Formats: sequence, structure tokens, C-alpha cells
Amino acid sequence: MSNIVAPNRPPEAGAFFQRDRDWHPPAFTPGYKTSVLRSPRRALLSLNSTISEITGPVFGHDMLGELDDDMIVNFAKPGESAIGPRIMVYGRVLDERGVGVPGVLVEVWQANAGGRYRHKKESYLAPLDPNFGGCGRTISGDDGSYCFRTIQPGPYPWPNGPNDWRPAHIHFSVFGHGFGQRLITQMYFEGDPMIWKCPIVKTINDPQAIEQLTAALDMQATLPMDMRAYKFDIVLRGRRSTMFENRREGN
Amino acid sequence: MAQQLDRLKESPSQTAGPYVHIGLTPNFADIGGVYPDDLGAAMVSDKTKGERITVKMRVIDGAGTPLKDALIEIWQADAAGLYNSPAERRGAADPHFTGWGRRATDMVSGECVFETIKPGRVPFNDGRLMAPHFTVWIVARGINIGLHTRMYFGDEDAANAEDPVLARIEHKVRVPTLIAQRSGETYVFDIQLQGDDETVFFDI
Ligand SMILES: [Fe+3]
Repeated sequence: MSNIVAPNRPPEAGAFFQRDRDWHPPAFTPGYKTSVLRSPRRALLSLNSTISEITGPVFGHDMLGELDDDMIVNFAKPGESAIGPRIMVYGRVLDERGVGVPGVLVEVWQANAGGRYRHKKESYLAPLDPNFGGCGRTISGDDGSYCFRTIQPGPYPWPNGPNDWRPAHIHFSVFGHGFGQRLITQMYFEGDPMIWKCPIVKTINDPQAIEQLTAALDMQATLPMDMRAYKFDIVLRGRRSTMFENRREGN
Repeated sequence: MAQQLDRLKESPSQTAGPYVHIGLTPNFADIGGVYPDDLGAAMVSDKTKGERITVKMRVIDGAGTPLKDALIEIWQADAAGLYNSPAERRGAADPHFTGWGRRATDMVSGECVFETIKPGRVPFNDGRLMAPHFTVWIVARGINIGLHTRMYFGDEDAANAEDPVLARIEHKVRVPTLIAQRSGETYVFDIQLQGDDETVFFDI
């Protein structure tokens, strides 16, 4: 099992900081056409976190297979590997207080180096790579750090406007310690001119928020003659300290 | 000038896209051999305490069409009303029940099925009991940030009537959007993303 709690400290059980809905994309974003019929139009009902949102399942390192964090080989035939620029993606899972969050399940998925997904509904003509599945996962360590190996995905066209292309990206699902922290997002690559043309990226209003999803090329962390490194930190909602919280009877 | 708060911003959400199943339910997406099972596939075992139930869910768009590329996660208490989580400080939950399930909606019918147990009641922040419920989270292509809602049970009228969260819903006509109706041995829960019957979603 992972050690998700610092010694001598009980698990945190405070309510989460309120989400900044101006920082996140709104539900209704007509430039991303699919959102038009899939966006709630009524106001969300605001609710202080209850125990149903503060709690969540935890995942131990013992559930991980040896190759789960290595998309270069986790679908490949023995002795073979996926085609494409080899990279490692590393970073930390933090919360809004700047504290590393251990024991976070990070699940990733992506297209292959040609921009093609391994999926029966995928129709892009770029070829499948027989040695690339496109999924990986890991669990953050005691300081919130995580790392995985993959190949750099390619950009791909998608049906939205007549000529819309996604920038190269990796999808991230992040499972913190409370169900209210649940988050799915995407990682983009520093210097990619496609980022600023993408209708999905543009669902986010604040350019600084877009920069937060853009991983930095880190030539110090590169493995020479093997792979380049991109650094991508992820921030989950912070939670209030329960130290001075009002406790009423029966609670 | 006052001191800085030194807070970070939460990573902004982006849609899960059409291929969320590659990452989160790869076996369902025919990517075999990477993980032994899809995470969250089995919620109960022979040893799990409580009443076995089956819940069928769909997510329906503003044109009345079920989403065939959605992913739903549920989180619930055990039969005694305890969560299997380190943040649960009221006691130890049933070790044979994770409380968490994950399903892809079917690529043809748009339906997904959870085999689980009926949860017990858990307290609201002021100590009053909430009615039995699931916490539900929905992601899909076209959904820019995951949607949080709850599912309550249609055969729990008395508990639902005193539930502090349902009581917060100003327009009582919307309360039934959170209540699964029992049909034979199965509860049926349709999540409406838009329209007159739009499900109540929460900012939690
Ligand atoms: Fe994608």
C-alpha cells in the first residue's frame, strides 16, 4: 500500500476550496460545437462539501503493473517498442496550498506519433502503430511526484470546423483524495503553435490558465541519447484545515 | 502591501474527449493486455454486506439522444453508511466494498449498469442524516468540466423528504431529476444535460 499520510498526522478531512469557475472553461462554448447540446444551462447548485464529496477511494501502488507507467513498451511485442520521439513526462501533483499530494492516481491516454488513436470510432488516416496502445498510469510518491515514459503524440484533425486540428496533447485523469477533487485535463507541449488555434484550448478564457496546461521542455532532466523530458505539474483543489472548524452535536 | 497568500490555481479542466475509454476503461475499448481489469469494474464480492442492487444509467443530451461516449463514476457509502476512505473518521467501512465504480456508456445503447449495494445513510455537515445516495461524476466529449450530481432512491420517500441537500433545491419540480425510479429489480437513472428536465448539477 502507498503511504498516503505523513506519519503522526491524521488524514485530511477538511472541505475543499471553492472552484474558480472563471479559471475553468464554462460548460457552453459554441466554438467547440459538441458542447452546445451537452452543456447544462441552469445554474449549478452550490453546496459546501459534505462527507460524500470530502471522502474518496485511495489506490495503492500494489495495484500497478510493472509497465503501467511506460507507454513505449506496455502494449509492445516483447523486444519491440512504440515508434516516435521518446519522452518522459514528470512533475508533481500539488494542491492549491502548494503541498505535494501523495497517493494520487494519474491515468493518461494519447494518440500515437502519427496522431492516431487506437479506437474503433477513430477515422484519421494516419496509421496505427502495432506497438502502441495509448494508455498508462502511475501513482504519485510521498512528495506528490510522478513520472511516466511515452512517445510524443502527433497533432490530429477533428470534425468541428472544416479544418480544425488538435495540438499534440496527452489526456490526464487525476484522482486525488476526495471525490470533489476529481479532475480531467490535457497537457500541451511548450512551443507548439497549434495550441493557440485550437477550439478546445480556447474554451479556457485566461491565457495564463492555458500556460498552466503547457508542459515545459527540461533539457536538464533529459536522458542523453535516449529521451527528452517535459515537466508538467498538476494542481488539485486545496482543502481547509479542520483545526478550528465548528463541530455541532452529532458530528 | 499585504503579504501574499501563496496559493496556486487549480489546473484548469479540459474535456475528456471522445477517447476517454482508452485511458480509463482500456479493456472496454478493446485495448487488452495492458491492465488485467478496468479499474472500478467490480464493486461487490460475495463478502460484501448489504442489499444487492442494479442501477442502469444513461446521459442524455439536449436533443434527447443518449451519449454513447460518456464515462460515469459513482462514489457511495457502504450498507452501514461508512465510506471506505482514509478521510472517513467515524469508523471502519466494510473492507469488502470499495464504494467506487466506473463505467463507460455502451457504444450502441448509451446505457451502463452498476452492480452494487444500497448505501446506508450518512450525516450532513450539521449532523442530520442525508437520504441514501450516490455521488455521481460525468465526463464526455463536449463536457468541458466534469459534472457532479447525486442519485437518490425512489423507494426512500421518507428519507428523501428530510434530506438536507434535496431541501436546498429551490424549484421542487426539479427534485425528481435526482431520484432513480425502481423498475422491477433495477433502478433507472437518466441524467439530462439540458432541457425542461435538466438534472440538478452541483458546484461542490
Ligand atoms: Fe485527444
